[in-house]
Amino acid sequence: MRHKLFWLLVPISALFLFLNSLGAFAQQNASVHGESGEWPMPARDFASTRFSPLNEINSDNVDKLKVAFTFSLGVNRGQESSPIVIEDTLYVVTPYPNILYALDLKKPGAPLKWKYEPKTEAAAQGVACCDTVNRGPVYGDGRIYYNTLDGHTIAVDAQTGRELWNVRLGDINIGETMTMAPLFVNGRVLVGNSGGEFGVRGWIQALEAGSGKVLWKAWSTGPDKDVLIGPDFHPYYDMDKGKDLGVTSWPPDAWKQGGGNVWGWISYDPELNLIFHGTGNPGPWNADARPGDNKWTAGIFARDANTGEARWFYQWSPHDVYDHDGINEQILLDRDWHGKPRKLLIRPERNGYLYVMDRLTGEVLSATPFAPVNSSTGVDLKTGRLQMNPDKQPETGKVVRDICPAAPGAKDWNPSAYSPQTGYLYIPHNNVCMDLEGVEANYIAGTPFVGANVAMKAGPGDGHRGEYSAWDIDSGKATWTINERFPVWSGTVATAGNLVFYGNMEGWFKALDARTGKLLWQFKTGSGVIGQPTTYRGPDGHQYVAILSGVGGWSGAIAVLGLDGRDRTAGLGFVGAMQDLPSATTTGGMLYVFRLP
Amino acid sequence: MKSVFLLCLVVVLAACQREERDFTKRKESEPPDTVSVSPLHPGNPPITTLEESKYEQSAYDVAEGKRLYQWFNCTGCHFNGGGGIGPALMDDKWIYGSSIENIVKTIKEGRPNGMPSFGGLIPEKETWQLAAYVRALGGFVAKDVAPSRNDDLSASPAENRLPSPKPYNGKAP
Repeated sequence: MRHKLFWLLVPISALFLFLNSLGAFAQQNASVHGESGEWPMPARDFASTRFSPLNEINSDNVDKLKVAFTFSLGVNRGQESSPIVIEDTLYVVTPYPNILYALDLKKPGAPLKWKYEPKTEAAAQGVACCDTVNRGPVYGDGRIYYNTLDGHTIAVDAQTGRELWNVRLGDINIGETMTMAPLFVNGRVLVGNSGGEFGVRGWIQALEAGSGKVLWKAWSTGPDKDVLIGPDFHPYYDMDKGKDLGVTSWPPDAWKQGGGNVWGWISYDPELNLIFHGTGNPGPWNADARPGDNKWTAGIFARDANTGEARWFYQWSPHDVYDHDGINEQILLDRDWHGKPRKLLIRPERNGYLYVMDRLTGEVLSATPFAPVNSSTGVDLKTGRLQMNPDKQPETGKVVRDICPAAPGAKDWNPSAYSPQTGYLYIPHNNVCMDLEGVEANYIAGTPFVGANVAMKAGPGDGHRGEYSAWDIDSGKATWTINERFPVWSGTVATAGNLVFYGNMEGWFKALDARTGKLLWQFKTGSGVIGQPTTYRGPDGHQYVAILSGVGGWSGAIAVLGLDGRDRTAGLGFVGAMQDLPSATTTGGMLYVFRLP
Repeated sequence: MKSVFLLCLVVVLAACQREERDFTKRKESEPPDTVSVSPLHPGNPPITTLEESKYEQSAYDVAEGKRLYQWFNCTGCHFNGGGGIGPALMDDKWIYGSSIENIVKTIKEGRPNGMPSFGGLIPEKETWQLAAYVRALGGFVAKDVAPSRNDDLSASPAENRLPSPKPYNGKAP
């Protein structure tokens, strides 16, 4: 039966792809991929749901899940990337030196089809704040696009592995790197830079997919013309209105080293033709050096996908004082909100609040804490402004203790998933607080520009530092939460088989019942899991689940870089909360793919 | 009684002796060419033994090194010795050598996997002071020279409380 359905779907998919190529169905791109069982981008669809309609593996049979094949990436650093699948090929990219592998799914054991080595500059490792990670490749128009740590964006022929173009967009000599997964939208590749801990000025660029030519570039700080703010810019709240706020909300010239890097996730609404992306923390961390709201850092932009012109902006954390980057995933949902159909944007944000927004206007409909928060008391829905707690305000030369959430936030980069079947958002997140002392920051291009001593610790509870929650968007609270010993630094995926998958830093890869959170299956991989699970239908018509194993990232720095746990400020303070990680796992770099027997 | 008085006088006067601080002239020469980052020396050539530097015998220079360690953003990568982007400096692993000459060379030249080259940015004397402080983080510097607990967030052991590195596999660290 399943096979028959598959063969029925092949011509339908082919037809859709044909029409798509004509441009007639360009806007249905995401649904086409959905039906074919492919996984073309880390978030699977433009709305960033990470929901798969596949249900061959489901809550009744998942306990039989077995390893189908493995593949060693040959790089034992933090594996934050997502395996993607197009037709009969699986693509996976490693941390520095950013090797791209293509595996042939038609053959037993999925052997290597080709590999591409970009010769990434070794010195780039010295300006990557938080391990030398890469968050994934993306497919579009027969090409694979991805970024390298030394600031290049590269397009590779998906069939042959031949390099088609390679453009240098970042300069490691000012501390500029690239770690994010690009987004492919209508013949354009959207990319952004990293370097918020080096005083690098953030930007997002659109490249022509065929040539790598820059179509537009929008900075996150500076005059309106640099930010692509024009007559069509209509922020919802007064705090985000005014001329050249990217200059005037900073001390003179501080915006030039102001951060706001676009190193996270981009979503796309084909109907509105808008992209949505966050901006990173302002630099330096020590906020005494930069009085003002520090526009347009730690916020979210809606931009025209063709021109990059800003439509609205909202600042999660005006004058951020805790390294609360605003770059997490935004999930675009069309659903009822208080009885009315709305175009929603859901954002589990680093500052600890789950924002439900109207993505047409940028209005915040609700903002509810999904983790312990004492750094602020709430979001004023009239002004849109985060209400800060003066007791937890850092100062130069003063140690402020027990700030929650810590610098990596209630939740860092690792993306959530949304299941339309349960209506829950599945949020992998942290339970980590910190002590913070501001110290004088000295800007030397190419060296860290932070100005803070930080020591993190477990948040409230029994010492657990990670949580995995099913969040009911309607009621605004978690239906169930699973505690984990270490921060849940992996992404997650939800499937039509009533399942959710995620991994923990001890190396367990888990499947839970999507409704109840009951643990149905788990497998111990070789190293801590911080990657993004994906699921696809193979050429044999069966469903597979893929995950990378390999501890690292900011949270795993102590284990992957061999840091000394006696210094709790090491690794930007995360070591303070992770002293026991090296006793739980060692480094790795392995792709695991599972299927039913 | 008189002898006790004399003894006290001697003790009191002895306490007046303080370490010498040469604020102006002193400058260590360039590290000798024989400084190497590999223990392999084909052909077994004569190796010059390295003398302990004056900088790591002076609490003033080590303290200056600690200030410069913040100022040149060493702390941004190596933190208070535990490491981050760069390796830990308070442990007993020394990829490019633990002698002060090796450390000076590493600071000046940089190293291929991310250590920037600070040659030309940090002056000669300050480079040696920095290297002396890095030696203090490694536990190589005498306890009465290494800095003690500082006034900042104390989330790591004070330099003068770090254990001296032990010989490893029968070799000096």
